[in-house]
Amino acid sequence: MNASLSKLVGGKEGLVGLAVLAAIIFVVLPLGVDIFRLNLVGKYLTYAFVAVSLVLLWGNGGILSLGQGIFFGLGGYGMAMFMKLEASDPITTKIQTTPGIPDFMDWNQITSLPWFWEPFKSLPLTILIILTIPALFAYLIGFAMFKRRVGGVYFAIITQAIALILSILIVGQQGFTGGVNGITDLKTVWGWDTRNDSAKYILYYLNGFLLFGAILLSKYVLNSKFGMLLLAMRDKEERVRFSGYDVSNFKIFIFCLAAMISAVGGAMFTLQVGFMSPSFVGIVPSIEMVIFCAVGGRASLIGAVYGTLFVNFGKTFFSESYPELWLFIMGGLFIAVVMFFPDGLAGVWAKYSHKLNFFKKKSRLTTAAVTDSTKIDAGKKTVKEIDVTNIKGAKA
Amino acid sequence: MFGYSMADIGNIMVMQGFSGLSMFTVLLLMALGLAIIFGQMGVINMAHGEFMTIGAYTTVMLSKVATTYGFVNYYFVFAIILAFILAFALGYFIEFIMIRHLYKRPLDTLLATWGLSLVMQQSFRSTFGAKEVSAELPEWMLGSFKPTPDIDIPINGVFVMVLALFVTAGVYLFMYRSRWGLRVRATVQNRVMAGAVGINTQKVDRVTFALGCGIAGVAGAAFTTIASTGPTTGTLYIVDSFMVVVFGGAASLMGTIASAFGIAQAQSILQFFMTSSMGKVSTLLVIVGILMMKPEGLFASKLRK
Amino acid sequence: MSTLNRRNFMKVGGALAAALLSAGILTNTALAADTSTAKVMTTGLAVTDTTVKVGILHSATGTMAISETGSIQAEKLAIEQINAMGGILGRKIEVIQEDGASDWPTFAEKAKKLLASDKVAAVMGCWTSASRKAALPVFEKENGLLFYPTFYEGLEQSKNVFYTGQEATQQILAGLDWIAKEKKAKTFYLIGSDYIWPRTSMKIARKHIEQHLHGSVVGEEYIALGDTQFGSVINKIKLKKPDVIYAAVVGGSNVAWFKQLNAAGLNSTKQTMLTISVTEDEVLGIGGENLAGFYSAMKYFQSQTNPENLKFVEAFKKKWGEKSVIGDVTQAAYLGPWLYKAAVERAGSFDVDKVQAALPGYVFKDAPEGAVTVEKNHHLTTKLRIGQWGKDGQAKVVYTSAYIKPDPFPKGYQ
Repeated sequence: MNASLSKLVGGKEGLVGLAVLAAIIFVVLPLGVDIFRLNLVGKYLTYAFVAVSLVLLWGNGGILSLGQGIFFGLGGYGMAMFMKLEASDPITTKIQTTPGIPDFMDWNQITSLPWFWEPFKSLPLTILIILTIPALFAYLIGFAMFKRRVGGVYFAIITQAIALILSILIVGQQGFTGGVNGITDLKTVWGWDTRNDSAKYILYYLNGFLLFGAILLSKYVLNSKFGMLLLAMRDKEERVRFSGYDVSNFKIFIFCLAAMISAVGGAMFTLQVGFMSPSFVGIVPSIEMVIFCAVGGRASLIGAVYGTLFVNFGKTFFSESYPELWLFIMGGLFIAVVMFFPDGLAGVWAKYSHKLNFFKKKSRLTTAAVTDSTKIDAGKKTVKEIDVTNIKGAKA
Repeated sequence: MFGYSMADIGNIMVMQGFSGLSMFTVLLLMALGLAIIFGQMGVINMAHGEFMTIGAYTTVMLSKVATTYGFVNYYFVFAIILAFILAFALGYFIEFIMIRHLYKRPLDTLLATWGLSLVMQQSFRSTFGAKEVSAELPEWMLGSFKPTPDIDIPINGVFVMVLALFVTAGVYLFMYRSRWGLRVRATVQNRVMAGAVGINTQKVDRVTFALGCGIAGVAGAAFTTIASTGPTTGTLYIVDSFMVVVFGGAASLMGTIASAFGIAQAQSILQFFMTSSMGKVSTLLVIVGILMMKPEGLFASKLRK
Repeated sequence: MSTLNRRNFMKVGGALAAALLSAGILTNTALAADTSTAKVMTTGLAVTDTTVKVGILHSATGTMAISETGSIQAEKLAIEQINAMGGILGRKIEVIQEDGASDWPTFAEKAKKLLASDKVAAVMGCWTSASRKAALPVFEKENGLLFYPTFYEGLEQSKNVFYTGQEATQQILAGLDWIAKEKKAKTFYLIGSDYIWPRTSMKIARKHIEQHLHGSVVGEEYIALGDTQFGSVINKIKLKKPDVIYAAVVGGSNVAWFKQLNAAGLNSTKQTMLTISVTEDEVLGIGGENLAGFYSAMKYFQSQTNPENLKFVEAFKKKWGEKSVIGDVTQAAYLGPWLYKAAVERAGSFDVDKVQAALPGYVFKDAPEGAVTVEKNHHLTTKLRIGQWGKDGQAKVVYTSAYIKPDPFPKGYQ
């Protein structure tokens, strides 16, 4: 295997992990469940984008954002605005006072399309906005906070407050945003009906590929020198700063990247589910997404995907069978994961596979802190143990 | 002026001033317990709202008993004491089984207590039902106090205010005038040294956490006079409480008081001139803005991370 | 679902039930000679020779559980009664209950499950507008049938939905007319929670006040959902001194709103208030003493004394406990299964298209609120009632309007 590719996937072990996940997402699930359940899986996998972004941000960067819903929401709303405009052509909306604008605007006596809706008439522009606006917003927040060395609990609370502000704004400005109902009744993208079964399969696969793209990109980032610094920052921020690195810039970068990945998840959510509402922007979804990540193993990219699927399947199963138990289980899971399994499913797996001696230890040493499972070990180490020679070794 | 008489405007200003004060005491009661815990251990207790709900349900239940046995007029005193005791006891227990294992990981405490809040919410729902309930208020607490015919000062507001005054004074005495408070402050300043001079820091932590929860219980009891109680009541207040504590700066009683006052007055005045939701948004935006400029909060002396 | 049936059999057992049962089967067989499954169902729904599956989709958990519990109870009661009478076309209703968990996407997801996986013949469900809006595309795509119980903002009409509550004009116009006439009201202060139903309702109310009643709106205010601080708003009201406060505050805010209003001295002796968001369910939380003397505009109050309602209230209390109360929406939810039964029997088929076609024009005489008619636009023609609340949490009906036709897209009010 050539060196750069090996670095990208994280060695043999990483490759196996990715292959198994790919097999599950692209082969086992589509063959094993009907389109209704598959659509649900597709929806869960959009949350996995956020979980992956949190692995970067929280698991590896030590920055807990309780506001990832902001970016998921921005991405989702971007796509929803495009689809709503397409669904509101003058012919289908002719009973309105002002035909050609979204129905909720008409109900709120708005008679022309607000300026910030204009770009969403075009799909390329919409995609551009979905990728840039959340990142830009993250940049502003990150710049203001990391430059002043706000971190830890403070960062968590402030991002949470921003999520609250955004959700109050969306609910309050319902003429422009659809209010608490959200933007509903989305049908087509460039005339292509996203609601029938074939479209659902296509979207599911598109979503899967994008998710893999996000995972590979994250792996690439984490395996670069930047990733090592990130880990070092998480464990001993002062030392990294004293070594001459501008810690805040790294943090801003990773926050922006995480925002962008979350936004893609949001956009895919809208495409697959057919609507977007403020209930994905606020505090509760933002925290729930943190738990998806924690259950999977906060430092493991692949674990985040499993964690998301695991929690959501649990949610669906229990809410169908024992609705009154669901919150007990969800709450219990939070507590248990934090107290007893801080490395989540990935941690359990690492222990288990280690015992089986399934993978050879050799690959670990050469690519220290590169594979997922070693990253979990690294989570327990301090930066002292991952010394500079290892970074050099990884580079070579 | 604007078609209103001067007398009208004067009256409204008095009542508006009171409504700001009233919001201030509500925020203060909510935030005090949280601030104590946050100041002591640097963790934010996401289940704080649920400890308040315990106090609220205690009051509601006791009010039922009181109506049956005819001591409606003064059951509230017992309710406040009982709410404190129950919330304190549960807080003590939770610290013992959960929080103390997580002191080294403040962010994880935040998640674990969120999990706890979900469990508690569902317990309330299973025990008391999903519907919102209200406490039967004693006659004297209903209605308003009228210094002039056109000014109404809500009596329940005055009650909450007096209670907040007592609780704040109590916290002050405890923290700054008692042996326990001395131990708490010593532990905050230097845990290792405090341990070395023979303070049982574990016990100090536990009592502090339980005390914070107990105060939340009292707040919950007080809130039954202004709003109803349901399984998810606590979530309504939690973010506001965070903002007060963070804005005030950790470990500063003065900071918490000042920040609660500032936020309440700002929100109250903005809501008078703007719509209610925009008033709230503007207040939150200003707080977030200021926190970005001054992350350590209003009253903390040193930079925190 | 199966537990419900078992419970039914145990509860309903006895000679009376047996008699009812056989009578039901007899009438059914007499009416429609051939009710074999192949005849009455051609679209793959979950209908067998002896059962038909019907979904119930409400929030049993989350913030909305407070409101939606009553609807679930009413729907289950109606289904139990229908089963005791022999079911629909000789088929017992099997209930599949799903929890929307107060989360709008979950409603869409569960609606999809009910229709696509379980193939239910109809769904009783949704409560908030947001949950309906989320689930509606699913019902349209899968060609399902939804009976929606809540009074709502109108501006919607789907062939897949029957709206058993009132649309906005049915609830607003007659109520405003009454209060303007009765209280000689000229100035109105509009206040509501911040979401689509209050906003749309207030828009209609404002137009009606300004154009038809020649009064004026002196203030319009929206409170964030869940907000409990009304001090500033109440002061604004005191400054404006409106003749009538017209309120549509919902949820947890409602309780704080009334408590603080009273505490600020604005009780019913000093201030007239008409709300469109307070039913018997809300009164439980608000407390009768805070509400006494204020008015609600609804189509149904539990205190109605017509025989149909007395029977309904008795049955409801027998099943769900002496202390349970019945609000407007609960009663509307109760209509759902009965209307569905009537529609299927009129169509002689469970097929959704035929059921849709058969229901309009049907007059349901035994509705607890009094006879209602299903209109072509899938809404009901009903009366409006004004109730004045008493300390005991029950309302005295002080005004009953003539029948009002539903008009979900009112001209001149948009």
